[in-house]
Amino acid sequence: MLSRVADSIYWVSRHVERADNVARFIDANFNMILDLPIGSFDQWEPLVNTTGDRELFFERYDAATKDNVIQFLTFDAEYQNSIKSCMGLARENARSIREFISSEMWEQINKFYLMMNSRDSMDRAVEEPHALFTDIMIAGYLFAGITDATMSHGDGWHFCRLGRMLERADKTSRILDVKYFIVLPSVSHVGSLFDNIQWSALLRSTSAFEMYRKRHGRISPDRIVDFMVLDREFPRSIHHCIIEAEESLRAISGTPTGMFQNPAEQRLGQLRAELDYTNAHEIIAGGLHEFPNSLQIKLNLISDAIFEIFFALQPFKK
Amino acid sequence: MKFKSYHAESFFDEMFESDGIPRDYANLLVQKIESFPDGELLRRQEAAERALFHMGITFNVYGDHEGREKVLPFDIIPRIVEASEWEWIERGLKQRVYALNLFVDDIYHDQKIIKDRVMPEGVVRSAKSFRKPCVGLNPPHGIWCHITGTDLVRDTDGQIYVLEDNLRCPSGVSYVLENRQVMKRIFPQAFDSCSVLPVEDYPSRLLDTIQYLAPADAAPTVAVMTPGIYNSAYFEHSFLAQQMGVELVEGRDLVVADGYVMMRTTEGFKRLDIIYRRIDDDFLDPLVFHSDSLLGVPGLMEVYKAGRVALANAPGTGIADDKVIYAYVPEIIKYYLNEDILIPNVPTYVCWDEKKLKYVLECLDRLVVKAANESGGYGMLIGPHATTDEREEFARRIQDNPRNYIAQPTLSLSRVPVIAGDCLEGRHVDLRPYVLYGEEIYVLPGGLTRVALKKGSLVVNSSQGGGSKDTWVLSA
Repeated sequence: MLSRVADSIYWVSRHVERADNVARFIDANFNMILDLPIGSFDQWEPLVNTTGDRELFFERYDAATKDNVIQFLTFDAEYQNSIKSCMGLARENARSIREFISSEMWEQINKFYLMMNSRDSMDRAVEEPHALFTDIMIAGYLFAGITDATMSHGDGWHFCRLGRMLERADKTSRILDVKYFIVLPSVSHVGSLFDNIQWSALLRSTSAFEMYRKRHGRISPDRIVDFMVLDREFPRSIHHCIIEAEESLRAISGTPTGMFQNPAEQRLGQLRAELDYTNAHEIIAGGLHEFPNSLQIKLNLISDAIFEIFFALQPFKK
Repeated sequence: MKFKSYHAESFFDEMFESDGIPRDYANLLVQKIESFPDGELLRRQEAAERALFHMGITFNVYGDHEGREKVLPFDIIPRIVEASEWEWIERGLKQRVYALNLFVDDIYHDQKIIKDRVMPEGVVRSAKSFRKPCVGLNPPHGIWCHITGTDLVRDTDGQIYVLEDNLRCPSGVSYVLENRQVMKRIFPQAFDSCSVLPVEDYPSRLLDTIQYLAPADAAPTVAVMTPGIYNSAYFEHSFLAQQMGVELVEGRDLVVADGYVMMRTTEGFKRLDIIYRRIDDDFLDPLVFHSDSLLGVPGLMEVYKAGRVALANAPGTGIADDKVIYAYVPEIIKYYLNEDILIPNVPTYVCWDEKKLKYVLECLDRLVVKAANESGGYGMLIGPHATTDEREEFARRIQDNPRNYIAQPTLSLSRVPVIAGDCLEGRHVDLRPYVLYGEEIYVLPGGLTRVALKKGSLVVNSSQGGGSKDTWVLSA
């Protein structure tokens, strides 16, 4: 397939996944705040921190109030990772490859985009935020489902899945990082009911709560880390995402497992092996903030390598 | 919503013979619409608009706001063309396209038509769209123009004329297909009243036409080439590529290497054999045409001349839709086919001719003036609707460069009812059928009915506030 088209479909899928995840962050935070004692717990700043765009936020807003944070993350057209901007970029990319994706995929992107640009959505963010953010997540699910059901599972689909999985791994790691940023009322609260509420909220924000219960039962930090990072079967766990991303990358290049032919395969394979052979205790010992950080750097390097190999314009060689 | 209060006025109405009396072929449809409960027609009109909006069927308007997308307004009351009239239109278009192809081929070879003094040499030499690099080219099967869109209009007396030929990159056919799709979705009952010829197989006909450019035993790689997402017709480019199942490429996806045109793919470079290009000659190859173009592919023409890539339409076809050359089409048909023109031209005054220039300048308030080499409703003066200042401005422009202007009497284009607010009103329409020239000449039954939605307006171009309608050609 054309390099430009591969590039675009990869980014369509990444941007939709990103939009979906930002909605998750916000929705989970709403839920958590409602469960915590009234007063000092109106914490919206941690959400800004997890995006990695704290500086950008404070350049444009004076305080991390609920309204400001929701505006920034959802509707701010000048912030390129807001849900609205993500959908603008997703649509722009999708528009340039309309002939390549199915009409159903295009229509879903277009509807999602129109939803983010409607006056109605801005009102709903205030009046019924949970319903709005749920609709956004559903729009994301729909796109992924429509993609799987209407597009041939060839290279284009694999680029699509590769983008979605790398983005999702990144976002799950950021959700884990939220826990690091959230301040408990006092040291005595560590391990308390509130601590548990926060951990549960993390699980809920990745729609992982029910699946986690089935798998591990009791809420405990090391098991949650195990589930969100290392579970092979849960679709939002980092390990699962990396396994699927690697499958797609190898399907595109035809390289068998256990070897590599280019830096993207090498780096992704290394990351996968690392996740294959570590455990929650190692991760916690290494630092719950440090792990997501180093993972995000690795994911960026993988994405750069994918760009170089498949998308960048190469001079002609015989 | 009823037709009771609908007035055909003094115009030719495509649906009504006179107030309250539908034409035979429209009778059942009118009854169907009349039988709807109040508000139903409007509800469906809104549903159609919503569908088009969600489908993202848009065009870009230049000079508005860069790359601003708009939905082409669509009116759900179809425009009907009866079978016998269509049969005549079809024959007329085949004749015209066949003759114009012979003309283009002649112009880039021996120029017999000039030597035989049927067309003055100056007309050709001064045509902006004459492409010197095309002299001596031999496109496969001698076909230059594979895809043509010919604009037809009907005057008050019912006579249909050819208003314009579009032999470069005519656009609009995607709306024909999408409009029909939306109509079937939103207004299926309407189809009970008539037997309408289908338009759905256009993409496969187009693909056949394009593939005819390659040797029969080859399995050629085909692509549609677009200037990119900011082009006004981008939606159509991607739509056609999608419907034909071929690649949609931009200039930056292509490179000339090893004597061929190659696409940059995720698996390296891949040869491209046939390009349905939706990019003007001027931008195709910066080494041959506009050297500052970033849209094209350096070296493309060299590969084309060597016969290692095919282009549809061939470069150089624009010569035949120059509006001065248009005035000679009756002579062109007579000269090459020894036949009389079937669908007449609109009477045309070529300002290049001094006597006619004088007449045009005297009668500007009654004439429509067009620049010879513009399209899309740009560079045009509608005398009766223009202000004195505008007419004076145009008179200056014409005198400065008479070769670049033609004038025609202002026709009262025929009208079709449209939904205007909560009543039905007549609006002026034209019709652009699409003609494919491959192994044989094929005319898509239907075409794009463009409608001037502004009350009283005669300008149907989408860039100037026009909309569209589904066009129903009835089966014989």
